[in-house]
Amino acid sequence: MSSLLRLKSPITTIAGSILLVLLGLVPVFAMLLDDPFMLTLFTRIVIMAIAAVSLNLILGYGGMVSFGHAAYIGVGGYAIGILAHHGITEAWIQWPVALIGSALVALLIGLLSLRTKGIFFIMLTLALAQLVYYLGNGAYAYGGDDGLTILQRTDFGGLLDLNDKETLYYLCWVLLVIVLWLTYRVVNSRFGMVLQGAKSNDRRMATLGFPVFRYRLTAFVISGTICGLAGILTATYTDFISPAMMHWTRSGDLIVMVVLGGMGSLFGPLFGAVTFLMLEEILSSWTEYWKIVFGPILLLVVLFARGGIDGAMVRGAAGYALTGLITLFLIYVVHYLWYDDWIPAAVVLAGAAAAILAIWYRQRREAVAIASAGGDHA
Amino acid sequence: MLEPVLKVEGLVKRFGGLVATDNLNLDIREGEVHAVIGPNGAGKTTMISQLIGELRPDAGSIRFLGQDITHLPVHARSHLGIARSFQITSIFLNFTTLENIMLAVQAHDGHSFRFWKDARSDPRLREPAMAALEQVGLAHRAETVASVLSHGEHRQLEIAMALATRPKLLLLDEPMAGMGPEDSARMVTLLRQIKGSITMLLIEHDMDAVFALADRITVLVYGRGIATGEPDEIRRNEQVRQAYLGDEA
Repeated sequence: MSSLLRLKSPITTIAGSILLVLLGLVPVFAMLLDDPFMLTLFTRIVIMAIAAVSLNLILGYGGMVSFGHAAYIGVGGYAIGILAHHGITEAWIQWPVALIGSALVALLIGLLSLRTKGIFFIMLTLALAQLVYYLGNGAYAYGGDDGLTILQRTDFGGLLDLNDKETLYYLCWVLLVIVLWLTYRVVNSRFGMVLQGAKSNDRRMATLGFPVFRYRLTAFVISGTICGLAGILTATYTDFISPAMMHWTRSGDLIVMVVLGGMGSLFGPLFGAVTFLMLEEILSSWTEYWKIVFGPILLLVVLFARGGIDGAMVRGAAGYALTGLITLFLIYVVHYLWYDDWIPAAVVLAGAAAAILAIWYRQRREAVAIASAGGDHA
Repeated sequence: MLEPVLKVEGLVKRFGGLVATDNLNLDIREGEVHAVIGPNGAGKTTMISQLIGELRPDAGSIRFLGQDITHLPVHARSHLGIARSFQITSIFLNFTTLENIMLAVQAHDGHSFRFWKDARSDPRLREPAMAALEQVGLAHRAETVASVLSHGEHRQLEIAMALATRPKLLLLDEPMAGMGPEDSARMVTLLRQIKGSITMLLIEHDMDAVFALADRITVLVYGRGIATGEPDEIRRNEQVRQAYLGDEA
């Protein structure tokens, strides 16, 4: 019997920690394989994982389906880009401005949207995020919809050199670890209990004496600020800002990552972001119409794996989750070895799929045999 | 005479053409168990919703301990000392029994803008919560997830949460709803224990329980209070017998 906090199930914690360590070793793998592109891909993955963790705080723990989280990525990114455009590159100015800017935008959007619930909340967050998107679109001084190239990366003095790919990657990774740790503390604190209580039954929360709105708004602002951090990092590693970084589809991607990984689980969004972006990367290199494959995969997860990847592990279906991760790894290896050639890739993957199906079929037959033999005990 | 704990004057609530609360007056005295009875649709739950602040009355006033609370939000009324148990069990199903109560304790232990310290291991929450569970006889289920408790236990937990906010006035909306005779008897015993220390407003269909517990009874019909008095008076009241009690009395 698991309590509210899924972290109590050790398997998720173990899997999450292993994944974190593996992510921490990516620069080493990239160096061994002499593959600079790998580092670029994983920098993006780690940054999006930070954004997904921030969304999970309000979506997973607070039940607030924000369909406009990309707006904060935009605000964080634009703050860096605009300041750099005006020649201000010092980190101690850029970062606080970006974070406070994201927090203020989140405060405004939260104040307006948190008065509503359900579909109205989703639509309002979307609409307000679109407003921010069109602000970026109309900012002709900063490139309008063409975007703006950042000529000089943030200057951390002698402390960090962000022009160094490994340094930037490790900065992102350390920030991801910190954000996860913060989330862990917050969701288990008194504040976190209120957040989760309000998700479960906000009417009762008010009757108990909690001014629910204030707590929700605070969580919304924290989440927006962390998402703004992801925006800072996005702008830094792409050296570019454009309205595309806050397009509404990006907000949708974040929701998918959280749902895919497991809502309200600490490591869920991490699993989700890694799986989502790796699949996207691999599938899109095979075919232009990769979404035809990607869509059904997501649909299957939503239909058959409630609670996402994390949920599958918690329910004891560790085998399936593990199979999924191994498959993903296999796909990646295949992808790596035959980059533009789909025939060997398809052969290997079809073989793997057949093997998994065969194992599954045998287990099922055994299970049926056991069930019919021991029917009295059931 | 002392001012009543709760004083409701001329309360009106309309839903379109339907008058759910019709010029209701109600006094609840300190320490008493005041039952409100009436047929289905008499407006009992609508009345509670206005007392707790979920519904805004169209007219009239509600005074609690001498303070006008007619326009206060729900959470503020809770801090003045009004608690409510719900007719349809309203607990946090994915929390454990103890965590449910701890949340109630937390609501009245200062603000909750505390982001760092682990709440579940905080003795300031655990100890009072455990005490409340012992009071209602649920201590042995402390670590059980609330969703797997029985119906009777859900009702006990519902009351325990209300008690854990240390209310001065407890609004009980059909605490015996859906209970078998054994569970009902246990609930009556529990309410007897706290009777006197907390003023209670009791809405209940179980007449045995009402007459066993209530010091005074108000009869509500079509949103209108047609009689208030001690149980014996109500039993003898001809108007009440016609409207509600029927052959039961």
